[in-house]
Amino acid sequence: MSDDTPPRARTVPVQSATFSPEINAEIRRAAETGIYDIRGGGAKRRVPHFDDLLFLGASISRYPLEGYRERCDTNVALGTRHATKPLELDIPITIAGMSFGALSGPAKEALGRGATMAGTSTTTGDGGMTEEERGHSRQLVYQYLPSRYGMDPDDLRRADAIEIVVGQGAKPGGGGMLLGQKISDRVAEMRTLPKGVDQRSACRHPDWTGPDDLEIKILELREITGWEKPIYLKIGGTRPYYDTALAVKAGADVVVIDGMQGGTAATQDVFIEHVGLPTLACIRPAVQALQDLGVHREVQLVVSGGIRTGADVAKALALGADAVSIGSAAMIALGDNDPKWEAEYQALGTTAGAYDDWHEGRDPAGITTQDPALAARLDPEAAARRLRNYLKVMTLEAQTIARACGHNHLHNLEPEDLCAVTMEAAAMARVPLAGTDWWPGKPGGGL
Amino acid sequence: MQTLDLAQSDLRTLNATLQTAATAGGNETAWEVVNPRGAHALAVGLDGPLSVTVRGSTGYYCAGMNKQATVQVAGSAGPGVAENMMSGTVVVEGDASQYAGATGRGGLLVVKGNASSRCGISMKGIDIVVFGNVGHMSAFMAQAGTLVVLGDAGEALGDSLYEARLFVRGSVRSLGADCVEKEMRPEHHALLADLLERAGAPAAPEEFRRYGSARRLYNFDIDNASAY
Repeated sequence: MSDDTPPRARTVPVQSATFSPEINAEIRRAAETGIYDIRGGGAKRRVPHFDDLLFLGASISRYPLEGYRERCDTNVALGTRHATKPLELDIPITIAGMSFGALSGPAKEALGRGATMAGTSTTTGDGGMTEEERGHSRQLVYQYLPSRYGMDPDDLRRADAIEIVVGQGAKPGGGGMLLGQKISDRVAEMRTLPKGVDQRSACRHPDWTGPDDLEIKILELREITGWEKPIYLKIGGTRPYYDTALAVKAGADVVVIDGMQGGTAATQDVFIEHVGLPTLACIRPAVQALQDLGVHREVQLVVSGGIRTGADVAKALALGADAVSIGSAAMIALGDNDPKWEAEYQALGTTAGAYDDWHEGRDPAGITTQDPALAARLDPEAAARRLRNYLKVMTLEAQTIARACGHNHLHNLEPEDLCAVTMEAAAMARVPLAGTDWWPGKPGGGL
Repeated sequence: MQTLDLAQSDLRTLNATLQTAATAGGNETAWEVVNPRGAHALAVGLDGPLSVTVRGSTGYYCAGMNKQATVQVAGSAGPGVAENMMSGTVVVEGDASQYAGATGRGGLLVVKGNASSRCGISMKGIDIVVFGNVGHMSAFMAQAGTLVVLGDAGEALGDSLYEARLFVRGSVRSLGADCVEKEMRPEHHALLADLLERAGAPAAPEEFRRYGSARRLYNFDIDNASAY
């Protein structure tokens, strides 16, 4: 037999798009461990987002404002509907609820310090209010969650606002989860749980069901706090038109709507990636509900889920939001997923930028942990300065865009300032596809 | 005794008056509320050694988040009576609707009639004594404290229980996930005797059975997945 037989032509190996290497690896992991994948963060899949929108800027029909000389204000008041003491913020970017337990004490302190330096509010989370964050937060929103961990009427009274959490974008319809690794002595005491057990928070509030009950719950909270505090209602992005309308009916001062890119401390990956709406799809229906009820701007709308830049802030406000809220971006500003810890991320089987096993409590950056040695890596004062800087930059970016569109307040941005570069974004944001005056679903139809 | 009449006064005035009296201290510690007419959020957020008697039935969340005060409802109470109570005593002479004592962290709730479903849901240290029966899903996800039922308990008692202690004198329709019957040891008799006495309950400790968490759901195990 001769060895010089020409090689037989073969097909190139083709990976299945359906059974991709990542999918196959997850099947093998599930088969081996018998548990679904749990992780932190929000949806990682590509969905229509603010990147798919562009501002038009000024032209002959609109004239711009001069940067650095002509004012472009950024302040916002939240809770003007019923509360006698609304929150007065210098910037329309707030810090979203993240729990002590999910985050370390120094990380919560840094969020409070940074938010205060930037003139905005921060928010507690599942597990109650800590002295660190109350002490370092000039304006603190107290979350009222289904678990009621650490729920204390004294904390309600010393909060600046109350946020009733119905759901969040990462897991609308799901409860909380904090695995035993992070239930330290202090976390266990605050939550009235044995140390080291998996903490399973309920998905529904224990003492009300539906909007009629919710109206009475809001009445109770107002009576306990003397009608001073703004009452926010946070909902996961699912049915934004009807949920916003029901929130208004129930008496909320502020509606917070959180899209699927919004992060969580820990939940099932399948939940994060497959339940809920992209943030972009939530805003216009929510605004429409407020407008239909005649309360747009009277009931403020806060949008969260994937806000990263001043452009995102400006786009959310142009679509009708009064403010935005950031969680994941604030953590990155503190130092989360910083490449300087790459060697340690590699040791954990991941890489900087992709680390999301926050529930394991081994965060090299010392943010999503209760390990004292890791937590000590975060200098709360330095981290607070980074957060302050980031918030200032985002605000300047949003002002730059607003001035270019001819507006002397961020709230004067409007849908007419925008166009979309994809059909999907045009449909969701209800702004014209670039170069046209049309979007899918536009009343009256075509070009 | 000072009297507040909800036929003459609005809810805000009534609660503000009681809240101020509770925190101010002073000699006027005995109050009564007449014509409650099922109003919601009555006598909520009190923080002080006040004694309030509500002469009639109440709506949702009566005595919510109570601290130190004693609130007696001379009637029946709507959903969420004494929810998230921190300390003090709340007594319902009649029946209590759903979620009685929900998430309570301390104090004593006594229901002299029956309590509806989810009594003691997510309780975190409160003691609850029900002279009659409790409905389904009572003590769901209960973390700490003691629930005593002189009558019967409905379906799924103590589902997903943590460390709360449950005592039932009558029958239990069914136990919830991870809830099991446990041995009555001397310390449980002592605990129960004290609680029954403080509640004025007509029963003896030896008549009760004890239920608690099997602790199988404390850390996830795929072999227990059917219980989740």
